[in-house]
Amino acid sequence: MPDPSAATDASAVAIRLDGVTLKRGDRAVLTDFSLAIPTGKVTAVMGPSGCGKTTVLKLITGQLRPDKGRVWVGETEVNKLRGADLNHLRRDIGVLLQNGALFTDLTCFDNVALPLREHTKLPEPLIRRLVLLKLQTVGLRGAATMYPRELSGGMNRRVAMARAMALDPGVMLYDEPFAGLDPISLGASVRLIREINRALGITSVVITHDVEEVPKFADFCCIITDGRVVASGTPDQLHQSDQDVVRQFMKGLPDGPVPFHFPAPPIADDLLAVGV
Amino acid sequence: MTMPSSLGGRLLAEPIREFGRAGIFLVTAFARMRFGPLQLGEILRQVYFVGARSLVIIVICGFFVGLVLTLQTHDTLTRFGAGDSVSTVLALSLFRELAPVLTAILFAGRAGTSITAEIGLMKATEQLDALDLMAIDPMERIVQPRLLAGVLAVPALVLVFNVTALLGGVFFSVYMMGSDPIVFWSNMQASVELMKDFMGGLMKGVVFGFLVSWLAVYFGWSAKPTSEGVALATTQTVITSAIAVLLIDFVLSAFML
Repeated sequence: MPDPSAATDASAVAIRLDGVTLKRGDRAVLTDFSLAIPTGKVTAVMGPSGCGKTTVLKLITGQLRPDKGRVWVGETEVNKLRGADLNHLRRDIGVLLQNGALFTDLTCFDNVALPLREHTKLPEPLIRRLVLLKLQTVGLRGAATMYPRELSGGMNRRVAMARAMALDPGVMLYDEPFAGLDPISLGASVRLIREINRALGITSVVITHDVEEVPKFADFCCIITDGRVVASGTPDQLHQSDQDVVRQFMKGLPDGPVPFHFPAPPIADDLLAVGV
Repeated sequence: MTMPSSLGGRLLAEPIREFGRAGIFLVTAFARMRFGPLQLGEILRQVYFVGARSLVIIVICGFFVGLVLTLQTHDTLTRFGAGDSVSTVLALSLFRELAPVLTAILFAGRAGTSITAEIGLMKATEQLDALDLMAIDPMERIVQPRLLAGVLAVPALVLVFNVTALLGGVFFSVYMMGSDPIVFWSNMQASVELMKDFMGGLMKGVVFGFLVSWLAVYFGWSAKPTSEGVALATTQTVITSAIAVLLIDFVLSAFML
């Protein structure tokens, strides 16, 4: 079974986190965390809320730096990059943030055109064609002149997807792309992630906890809990896993290795506390 | 860093720290300044947003300030037989103090708050993160145009304030009280020094524009990304700007006299 956390062939790995530890205050968000994302595939990073999924994404983009360990994107060690070098790397990474993060004072067209105008010297007629093609890919060429406030949340995210791939990046990162979407928008987003990955031949990482949708787009999955990768494999392999934590997550069981209750003293002590 | 033990020390420590943070922010903004065609376009767009859209409030307030100032000085000076000096008092108080100070405070309320809220909300909705991730420096794209727009817009607004306030003064003095317009204008012309009084006021406008824009972008940038955080930041912009403008005005006036 291909195991993304254990892949060793450098050319087969697009992104690698090696023994990463990251703390926020006294709390360790990730502890000795290792993960390898295979090149040219769609990898789903799953786990319960607050387990450190988005932190992984921020480590890959260089928004966060690990306290220990190393982060690689291709041949580049991200945690050593600063300023212009980091920006150079980021031009090759498209990121879809959770709520799209479109600029509300710009039209959809101008939102998608922004990275092209900033980072290329292409003439405006060519930029126009490129933007319209990107918007056509996400099915929103007809909304080019509209503002984000005039579109639904799902449409906003599709425009943001077009913006993220405006510079034809080698890696696409999606942070919770399905959160709060209606079934039609959700279906469209799943298809787009798959299609974009196939058509552009890129590497995609999808941060999600939508267990039902994962088999429709992901080649590989890994599950994170308590800042560690606890399981990885194909979606089918994870569905058939007999590991308790994997079963709990894949079947959506409210209690198990990931407890329902936040750590607290025994309830009897709290209820019978004197003087409260 | 340990907290000072006395009450006075504790009260002063946080404002001094905040000033230090705002200073570092400003130095960073200048250090990363870049001028390209996109940047210049954005500066002009911001001049329109913060300047042109503040025109209505400046015109209305300017006219009524001129009106009420003339009313008060006309009444007082006439008692001492110096009614003809109304235009002198009006022009000097407007050009030197009232126009730059009131314009800056109105600008802080109208445009400063909107800059702070805009940047704070951009932070809350991850738009600043998105710029960063697209390898576009948010400092260059968001902060610098707004900072420079204030420097350009406020002196222009001071000019508009001066003109409309003078019109208010002329309206009351000449048309309502029947003063001689030739005496009104000639007295003003004889007593106002172009460089010291008029241009000095515009220079104050440049300084105040910079000050208010700096505070507005800083409080927006450092706002907590919540609705409460953005609300607090806009309040801080108005209060801090008003105090800073009055304080710096005293210093500038002392040097200009």
